Amino acid sequence: MGEEKKVDGGKRRLLLVASGLAGGAAAAAVAVPFLGSMQPSARARAAGAPVEVNISKLEPGMMVRAEWRSKPVWVVRRTPEMLTALKAMDERVADPASEQSVQPEYAKNEHRSTKPEFLVVVGICTHLGCSPTDKLKPGGESGLGEDWPGGFFCPCHGSKFDLAGRVFKGVPAPINLVVPPYVFVSDTRLIVGSDGKGA
Amino acid sequence: MSKSPAQPQSGNAILDWIDARFPLTALWKQHISEYYAPKNFNFWYYFGSLAMFVLVIQIVSGIFLTMNYKPDAQHAFQSVEYIMRDVYGGWLIRYIHSTGASMFFVVIYLHMFRGLIYGSYRQPRELIWLFGMIIYLALMGEAFFGYLLPWGQMSYWGAQVIVNLFGAIPIVGEDLAVWIRGDYVVSDATLNRFFAFHVIAIPLVLVMLVAAHIIALHEVGSNNPDGVEIKKKKDPKTGIPLDGIPFHPYYTIKDLVGVVVFLAVFSFIIFFVPDMGGYFLEANNFIPADPMKTPPHIAPVWYFTPYYAMLRAVPALLGTQVWGVLVMGGAVMIFFLLPWLDRGAVKSIRYRGTLYKGWLAAFVVSFLVLGVLGTQPTDFLGQVNKMDVAVILARVFTVVYFAFFVLMPWYTKADRTLPEPDRVTG
Repeated sequence: MGEEKKVDGGKRRLLLVASGLAGGAAAAAVAVPFLGSMQPSARARAAGAPVEVNISKLEPGMMVRAEWRSKPVWVVRRTPEMLTALKAMDERVADPASEQSVQPEYAKNEHRSTKPEFLVVVGICTHLGCSPTDKLKPGGESGLGEDWPGGFFCPCHGSKFDLAGRVFKGVPAPINLVVPPYVFVSDTRLIVGSDGKGA
Repeated sequence: MSKSPAQPQSGNAILDWIDARFPLTALWKQHISEYYAPKNFNFWYYFGSLAMFVLVIQIVSGIFLTMNYKPDAQHAFQSVEYIMRDVYGGWLIRYIHSTGASMFFVVIYLHMFRGLIYGSYRQPRELIWLFGMIIYLALMGEAFFGYLLPWGQMSYWGAQVIVNLFGAIPIVGEDLAVWIRGDYVVSDATLNRFFAFHVIAIPLVLVMLVAAHIIALHEVGSNNPDGVEIKKKKDPKTGIPLDGIPFHPYYTIKDLVGVVVFLAVFSFIIFFVPDMGGYFLEANNFIPADPMKTPPHIAPVWYFTPYYAMLRAVPALLGTQVWGVLVMGGAVMIFFLLPWLDRGAVKSIRYRGTLYKGWLAAFVVSFLVLGVLGTQPTDFLGQVNKMDVAVILARVFTVVYFAFFVLMPWYTKADRTLPEPDRVTG
């Protein structure tokens, strides 16, 4: 250092802050494509295409499974007795009118479906994503006690759902099973994942 | 050639040549041969060096596993079976790695317990503790990412549950969970990125954190079972702590004994009980992942079960299950605050009063009971008044667990401690 020059501290600080901000902004901009690359790829998004379910062989009181977006989707054909029993469940479920729950507008009713007979739900527990076991028959043979009304039981953390996919009170799952968008294209076929309304 | 005056010549031409260009001898002295550690280290001081030893085991066995493992949802499960059956010595390398994962946590939990009983987190070692806690978090991440790789039923549904924990965060949760998975469910994309995290991202971070942990330790010096600062009493001529002995050869040799005993236990597990009765390798994980079907009982590996028991103990409230997630996360994060919660007059349990000892015992019991509860279904102890006994127990012990930390400023201050000695007691 030859001659002593006075350091312009103010200018130095300004330059430091300015270059620091510019560099930080550049680093943040570069991070965007990297973090973005972790989103579902175009292929993964395309795999969310609707699937068709054939219910011509579905007997009353039985259920079929379909795969939509790699998730299980259940279609249950409820018997008249099952539908009647649902009304008595309002006391035992946490969200009887599905106010807090996720479903298309046309499934936000007492039976949570377009046709009362058929229940269509995503078979993934709204707690932490396990797939509940179907215990459709009421009573003790379910292993859930004599007062079991029929429904679904999640083995992971013990959440229970009724035959409209409504969650019981006092279990870990916060909301009812999700109803996917679906539409009946005929009496025996339905499309899951699209309802012809752009959903 | 001019030599730096600070570097005495060793008489070895190669070493001198290196020392003129890289401080090899200086580093060796600073961290090994002239690092003065308290002379009264006991049994509990094995676990720091053992933790580093297990890290090396995991890195080496992991490298050889990646040579035959395929991070692909179509092939992952088969490639693990291939390693077990067709690769020469593959079964041994895999069992070393899977046993090493559990033993890592055994060693780390004992190492952390050492810190608790001797107050090793107290001033001036707060940063060592913080680095250590970040290592613990990284290790949990490493274990979680690694557990998905065999692509068995437990891998799959365990990952599904843990990723969905993030989904419980209000507003952004669902998008965050999708971003972590890279898909709407746990899938090939998830497996592939977890592989990337497991084999490169987290190990790199771990190694750097371990370096920081040790650099910070060697800056302030090691604590000891008496909790006395040995740097306060130095030899006036040499400046060496009177109660310090050089790490090498004294503690290198001592730690070697620890390594030998550890390897005996480790080998016994690998050769005779590699699955540890379902605790190290869970039975359901010998079934390939099936996204359509959850196994009847899922539980994490034993080292996560205390936190898992807390998660299950907290019910959904106000239409969200975020509370259980917060309690679980808080149970881990609260360890970070330890250096500032402890107001005790002494560091070591040897001079603490009954209040601290009682609370510490209650904490250890809570941690163990929660750990056992987390391995079992919630109904395994039956019901009382329509409530699962196991859930009630988990709630009680979760409260005790948190009370240990939250009440610490008061009970450590009110504690009737004994006076700390001037010198270590041997």
